[in-house]
Amino acid sequence: MPKYNFQLNGRAVTVDSWDPNQPLLYVLRNDLNLHGPKFGCGLAQCGACTVLLDGKAVRSCVTPVRQSANHTITTLEGLGTPEKPDPLQAAFMAEQAAQCGYCTNGMIMAAKSLLNQTPRPTPDQIKQSLAGNLCRCGTHTRILNAVMRLVKA
Amino acid sequence: MATAISISRRDLLQRGSVLIVSFALGGAAPVPASAQQSASGDLGKPLDPREVDSFFAFHPDGTVTLYTSKVDVGTGIRIALRQMAAEELGIPVDRVAFVEGDTALVPDQGGTGGSTGVPRGGTQIREAAATIRQALLKMGADRLQRPAADLTLADGEVRPLAGGAGVGIATLIGGKRLSLELDPKAPLRDPSRYTVVGKPVLRPDVPGKCTARHTYLQDLSVPGMLHARVVRPPAMGAKLLSVDESSIRAIPGVRVVRQESFLAVVAENEWAAVRAARELKATWSDWQGLPGSSDLPRVLRSSEFSRDETLVNRGNSAAALAGAAKQLSATYYWPFQSHGSLGPSCAVADVRPDGATVWSASQGAHGLRNTLSRTFGIPQDKLRVIYMDGAGSYGTNGTDDVAADALLLSKSIGKPVRVQWMRADEHGWDPKGPPQLLDLRAGIDSAGRIVAWETEMWLPVATPGTRPLLAADGAGLNQPRGQNAGQISQNADPPYAAPNVRVVTHWLKEAPLRISNLRAPGKIANVFAVEGFTDEIAAAAGVDALEYRLRGLSDPRALDVLKRATDMFGWQARPSPNPQAAQGGLMVGRGLAYMRYKQAENYVAMAMEVAVERATGQIHVRRVACAHDCGLIINPDGLRNQVEGSIVQTLSRSLHEEVKFDRSRVTSTDWASYPLLRFPEAPAVEVALIDRPNLPPLGAGEASTAPVAAALANAIFDATGVRLRSVPFIAERVKAALSRA
Repeated sequence: MPKYNFQLNGRAVTVDSWDPNQPLLYVLRNDLNLHGPKFGCGLAQCGACTVLLDGKAVRSCVTPVRQSANHTITTLEGLGTPEKPDPLQAAFMAEQAAQCGYCTNGMIMAAKSLLNQTPRPTPDQIKQSLAGNLCRCGTHTRILNAVMRLVKA
Repeated sequence: MATAISISRRDLLQRGSVLIVSFALGGAAPVPASAQQSASGDLGKPLDPREVDSFFAFHPDGTVTLYTSKVDVGTGIRIALRQMAAEELGIPVDRVAFVEGDTALVPDQGGTGGSTGVPRGGTQIREAAATIRQALLKMGADRLQRPAADLTLADGEVRPLAGGAGVGIATLIGGKRLSLELDPKAPLRDPSRYTVVGKPVLRPDVPGKCTARHTYLQDLSVPGMLHARVVRPPAMGAKLLSVDESSIRAIPGVRVVRQESFLAVVAENEWAAVRAARELKATWSDWQGLPGSSDLPRVLRSSEFSRDETLVNRGNSAAALAGAAKQLSATYYWPFQSHGSLGPSCAVADVRPDGATVWSASQGAHGLRNTLSRTFGIPQDKLRVIYMDGAGSYGTNGTDDVAADALLLSKSIGKPVRVQWMRADEHGWDPKGPPQLLDLRAGIDSAGRIVAWETEMWLPVATPGTRPLLAADGAGLNQPRGQNAGQISQNADPPYAAPNVRVVTHWLKEAPLRISNLRAPGKIANVFAVEGFTDEIAAAAGVDALEYRLRGLSDPRALDVLKRATDMFGWQARPSPNPQAAQGGLMVGRGLAYMRYKQAENYVAMAMEVAVERATGQIHVRRVACAHDCGLIINPDGLRNQVEGSIVQTLSRSLHEEVKFDRSRVTSTDWASYPLLRFPEAPAVEVALIDRPNLPPLGAGEASTAPVAAALANAIFDATGVRLRSVPFIAERVKAALSRA
């Protein structure tokens, strides 16, 4: 089976995949036991599977594993832990910006990508950058407030 | 004297149970640790809801485990119920562990739905805790040689009110069962002395959800587990004619499972299962049994009735209507909608010779166990359903069906099987919130007062038996064929003074698609109609919308929510439509809606400001102000989160959502064809919570959804002079309505 090397959450990993077009999402979840990215649609329509590829948000459900090779991947697990969260994760906790939490991975990763590129976004920029991320529970207000915490900080 | 500890954490682990109960608040749901669990449904723990030991187990380290069938589908009852228990028991809330929705461990308090988690589940838990409290005070009185009246429970011990040494709860109980009957009349703590209830205690699952440490059902893996995908027919009632297994020969390690028209692929590798399901060539019969969604209101009106039901009959509405100074009539319509869960439904099933375990995100673990037991011939005591968090479900989505998929497959191949639906499965096959059609008629006198009101509804009837499971239908298994979408006929009469009122439901025999309970069943559409029509009457009478409502109400709690919501909003009294609506290319207006949930529960009032783009029909909801009274508040931040979410979700349902289908199948099977509200549309939401510490607590997951569509439609009318009576208010539809006006 073909092997693929990449940097994952700060360490070098090698995975094999019987299908070079296997979406990165399945490799991360099933082979590498990283459950941050979630399957939501498999169509790049909802954002639940978002990970960072070289610091930018991508939809892992439509990113073939071969395209990840030799790149740097960051998942929600790689940002921080409950005890030592990334400031963005801490902001989501402080705002209690989740209900079911199934979209939370995508919200944090998409916002992280935005903040990597635009450290002080306006509320409109935040809304636009999250426009492709769906939340069914309706926690939009809290998610926006959570991201704004980092802008105000 | 009982000698066995009811069930301790150690017990659970030694029994090889799947449960590790985390006692820190950082831990949330029980985390499955191994598949070496006993499949037996009987672990020896009391389950009878009449016994307090069914709800609580006290551990030697001073912690306590709370067992409940009410599950936290993102609503926050995981903390709210703990707060209610901790308050009565005098135990710090972080010493209360929580086991939810495991049929082998929790008493059956009913499923989670209808906003019953706190008012029924929590109240029963509180009664059990209050019963225990009295017993502990008595035990403490014996031990401390003081009258029970001089003692209290605090910080996990019974101690003298006047101060001095106390004795720990664990010491008093000494590892024994309490063997007490739950006393529903056990005295409750005085709300004025609450220390935990009413506080915004943080939800224990949020840190894990923000750091990927929270284990979802979708993340569950048990040893030897295989991944499966079900291949659904291209037409809903089609029969499977043939399967060409050679079409997936190139995909490694896939096995095809077929039982009559139930077709699935199973593989060790999930992606292999996904690809195989997509590429497997199968031939199906033609089937065109659906009426199509494009003309559904007419279809409903001409469908066969099962029976008529008169829900309200006060005075003589027909005579009063005929004699009224002015008559109004209108028809309102709400389409089929999907639960739209962000993660498609998932289940893991492990069927063994000695019994079966199903891990499910079902809101009703016991109900699901009973249904699966009957359908698949596994005795209830050999079938254990264990709840784990999935994506928010807002009612019965595909979760029961996927559990049946997994069970059938595991039974068939003798290995644990995980099934997760694909997006098109969830959108296409989840049982739907039903369509609702309402005719309204009113007569008003010369002062604009309502003298007659009639509501006539066309709704699918509830019939006994459970909704047929897709897998059982496909496999040709015998199963009861009921249908039920919840209490969908409530809130169909006006909450305002009216001497002659008649509400009739034509219960339709059948629904084109399978139906189920979807958040606030029926009430959103009914309040949309009733409060929209009330607004029409107020406008016809030339009276301000708030003033008109206040005239018809006398309940002080109703007046309170209306006053709070409109004060927050900055409501200016004037009739609708807005004489100064035009602002460049926008038309701006505001609307109001009020309701009392189920005419008996929460009071909610909501004001909303919208701007409508004249050129495109696009609606921008700028801000929402909501006042909410649900009696005693358990956790104000959790409550606020529910109210905010209810508002935004229902805006999505009102603005965008309609299930489309042709003669054969649902055609809105992804997020492009069934869109949700997106971030750029998210309004500012302001919520005022009214606490009533001396009243019983009510639920919070549904009530504030009910006035949303009405407030929105009323605001659009105020802005444009156009009355929208059919959901969703998509831009093209609004544009067309504007051009007709």
